[in-house]
Amino acid sequence: MTDEHRSVRLQSCGVGVTVGTYALGFGALAVANGFSVLQAVALSVLVFTGASQFALVGVVGAGGSAASGALASLAVGSRNAFYGLRLAPLLGVRGWRRLLAAQLTIDESTAVAISQRNQQLARTGFWTTGAAVFVCWNIATVTGALAVDQISDPKVIGLDAAVGAAFIALLWPQLTTATTRAVAAGAAALALVLTPLLPPGLPVLAAAVVALVIAWPEPRCPPEQPTSPDGPDE
Amino acid sequence: MSELWWTIAAVAVGGYALKASGYFVPQRVLELPRVTRLALLTPVALLAALTAAQVFGDGKALVLDARAAGLAFAVGALLLRAPFLVVVVGAAAVAALVRLIAG
Repeated sequence: MTDEHRSVRLQSCGVGVTVGTYALGFGALAVANGFSVLQAVALSVLVFTGASQFALVGVVGAGGSAASGALASLAVGSRNAFYGLRLAPLLGVRGWRRLLAAQLTIDESTAVAISQRNQQLARTGFWTTGAAVFVCWNIATVTGALAVDQISDPKVIGLDAAVGAAFIALLWPQLTTATTRAVAAGAAALALVLTPLLPPGLPVLAAAVVALVIAWPEPRCPPEQPTSPDGPDE
Repeated sequence: MSELWWTIAAVAVGGYALKASGYFVPQRVLELPRVTRLALLTPVALLAALTAAQVFGDGKALVLDARAAGLAFAVGALLLRAPFLVVVVGAAAVAALVRLIAG
C-alpha cells in the first residue's frame, strides 16, 4: 500500500466517523417519531441514505401518510442515481460488485471518489468511505435509537424541535447559489400556505413543484455550476 | 407485517433502484440537462418544505411555539459553521428550555 492509498484510507475513515454522528440523531428521531429500534436500524441498513431516512421519519412523525412519507423519501434520494452515473466509469465494476457498489453510492463515497487524482485512488476512496460510513452509520443508529427508547416523552427534551434543525442542517450546504436559495424559500412558503388545506405530508410533496418549475425551462444563459457533493451526509 | 414495515420495504427497494439506475440506465437518459437540474433542485425543495412543515405545522394548523426558537438556534449555529450534532442537540435543548420557562 502506497502512502497515497494510506492517506485516502485515513480520509475515508475520518468521513465515516463524522457522518456517523448524523446517525445518532437519526436513530434518536426515528424512535421519537414512533419507529421501533429495529425499524430505525432496518432503515439505516437497507435505505442507507441520510436525507431519505430523515424525510420518511419526519413526514410519518408529523402525521403524514406512509405513502407520502415514502414518496418524499424517494424524491430526496433521487440524486443517488446521478452519483452512480459518475461513478460507473470510474469504478469499472462488474457483476455482484456492481450491486454492492450501488448500495454504497451516497454523498460521501461519491465526493471522496471523484476528488482523487487517479482511478486507483478513486476506487480505494469509494470502497473505504462507503464501508466506513456504513459501519459507523449503523452503530450510531442503534446507539441513538436505544438512548431515546428509554425516554417516555421526547417532547420534554425538545426532540420534536430537533427534526426541523436536522432538515435545515442537511439543506444548508446546498444553499450556495441564488437558484437553490430561491427554490428553498419558495418551497418552504408553499408548504406553509398548503398546510391548512391538505392532509399532513402532502404540502411537502406539493412543494417539489417549485423545483420542477425552476428546473424545467432551458436556461438562456449558461447554467450555474451545481455544487459538488461534499461535507457530511447531504 | 405492519404498514410501517411495508413502507420501509418500499423505500428500501425504491431507494436501491435509484442508486443502481446510475450504473445500469443508459447514460443519455440521465445526462439530459433538465433531468440533472431536477435532481439538484428536488432535494432542496423537499428539505426546505420539510423544515417549514416540521417547525410550524401541527396537523393542519400553523403554530408558533418552542420549535421556532429551536430553528432560530439552528440557523445561528449553522452560520457559525457548527457541526451537525451541535445544531441538532442545541435546537432540542433551546426548545426544551423555552417550554420549561413558559411552563
